[in-house]
Amino acid sequence: MTTPDAAAAAERGLLEIRGLVKRFGGVTAVNALDMTVRAGDVHALIGPNGSGKTTTLNVISGLYRADGGSVAFDGHELAGRPAHAIAALGIGRTFQNIRLFGELSVLENVMIGRHVRTKTGFLGALFPGGATAREERATRDRARELLAFVRLDAARSQTARSLPYGDQRRVEIARALAAEPRLLLLDEPAAGMNPAETDALVVLLRRIRELGTTLLLIEHDMNLVMTVSDRITVLNFGQHIAEGGPAEVARNPDVITAYLGGTLDAA
Amino acid sequence: MNRRVLALIVLIVAVALIPAVVHSDYILTLCVTAGIYAIVVMGLGILLGFTGQMSLAQAAFFGIGAYTSGWLTTHLGWPVWPAMACAMAMSALVALAVGYPCLRLSGHYLALATIGFGIIAQLVLINWKDVTNGSDGMTGIPAPVIGPWTFEHYNSYFYIVLVAVLACAYVAWRIKTTRVGRALEAIRENEIAARATGIDATRYKIIAFVFAGAYAGLAGSLLAHTTKFLSPDSYSFDQSVVFLVMLIVGGSSSIGGAILGAVLLEFLPEVLRPLKSSYIMVYGAAVVVMIIFMPRGLVGLFESLRARWRRGAPPPLGAAAAAEAEAA
Repeated sequence: MTTPDAAAAAERGLLEIRGLVKRFGGVTAVNALDMTVRAGDVHALIGPNGSGKTTTLNVISGLYRADGGSVAFDGHELAGRPAHAIAALGIGRTFQNIRLFGELSVLENVMIGRHVRTKTGFLGALFPGGATAREERATRDRARELLAFVRLDAARSQTARSLPYGDQRRVEIARALAAEPRLLLLDEPAAGMNPAETDALVVLLRRIRELGTTLLLIEHDMNLVMTVSDRITVLNFGQHIAEGGPAEVARNPDVITAYLGGTLDAA
Repeated sequence: MNRRVLALIVLIVAVALIPAVVHSDYILTLCVTAGIYAIVVMGLGILLGFTGQMSLAQAAFFGIGAYTSGWLTTHLGWPVWPAMACAMAMSALVALAVGYPCLRLSGHYLALATIGFGIIAQLVLINWKDVTNGSDGMTGIPAPVIGPWTFEHYNSYFYIVLVAVLACAYVAWRIKTTRVGRALEAIRENEIAARATGIDATRYKIIAFVFAGAYAGLAGSLLAHTTKFLSPDSYSFDQSVVFLVMLIVGGSSSIGGAILGAVLLEFLPEVLRPLKSSYIMVYGAAVVVMIIFMPRGLVGLFESLRARWRRGAPPPLGAAAAAEAEAA
């Protein structure tokens, strides 16, 4: 990461959101949101239910089209790009309501994650051996490595659907990592996990960050957020109400009001 | 793995011996037709089984292939082989033109759009008399020739169809087991996740539709050069439904299932023939029972039977639950 491009990206932020607006009919889910995610950070996006966190993630990953504003990733404007092109640029994600390829094996799920980093097309598929076989082997090996990384190698030949909830989340993370994303969006990765699973997740998130992957995560588990985040953005009613380090945000009166739904006395 | 390859070779050799053993022209006709249908159904398998996109227009692409091949050989006097390649290409091209707008639709809307296209295609075959000769049908289509051999008779044509079925199965298998097939299955399993993983879902769906069209086009051409006569009523909506049922009965995401379904449903009416006029009722009931009790088709049934066989005798229900609890 020493290219001039990367250095510039670190300075201006890997992901720059400016004046982002997303409406659903008469409801403005995200309203003039500004946010910067610096390269290398674990950045948490928090806020009460319905504050526009998942909508923001869906706009970044191209599943929703913004009604205004801009989202720039490493200098590339994302507006108007389809989801698959955004994934190819280096943004991976997981989903709040897990979206695995349920009937396929765990290994195949992660191999599919390699899609944007591999090339074999319809024509290549017809000729076994040579480049096709090499790529297939490399894809399989890389998927196995990633499954070992999330500690799921033993489950590789089971169907994804048959795994326990916590493990399914880890498969999703491994699938996203397979594309070698520079920015990984995690939508409530700890939802539905027991304390032991959450602890393991914290360790995993730190190891992912050590790989040089920037993380933007939505999470309701404040313990996790305060433990892993370098920076936190707080949303309420689709608007940015605070941004800063964990301690700074925790002290912010607006944040306390938004979370507790009234004045400080209410606490 | 080696045992499976060996079993496959034994099976292919056994099938190849059929014309040597069976001398009934009628049975051989059924074999040839079943093989041709198997190709159409494998194409539908790539689209519906692998990719999860519904089409009820396979009969239309089958017809386009048949008439393209028929017209090129009778009106332009082309030899059969280039006509066959053109038939395949023509069906693929039409599939591209139809698939491009239609595959932005999904589920029921896609199914409806393909039904509409299928009906239009059949009306064109009936009414475009200059080319298709309308309801009177197209006659005098030649048999294929390789060097000194003319494949006039069913016992020789059988081998052309066998080679085509094997080639189509090979292509489908290669697609299924490499990057492209995984992308198709990802779209079937969860399209949003597939797109977020970097798969251009629309493009892959269109390509799968084109493959389905090309398979049907090849099959149509194979039919034209064996029956030597084409009539538009063979390419109806009903026929598309039959292809769909063949795929589902066989096992939709399995290549062997597609072939098995086509062969089984082609021969089933013959088995039921002694029932005379009530046969269609029994046939319908048999299909319904198969779909209800074998949601993953015959191949799914075989797989679960084999899994049970491997575990030994089926354990009593209580024991199975206990074993599962222990494993968890």
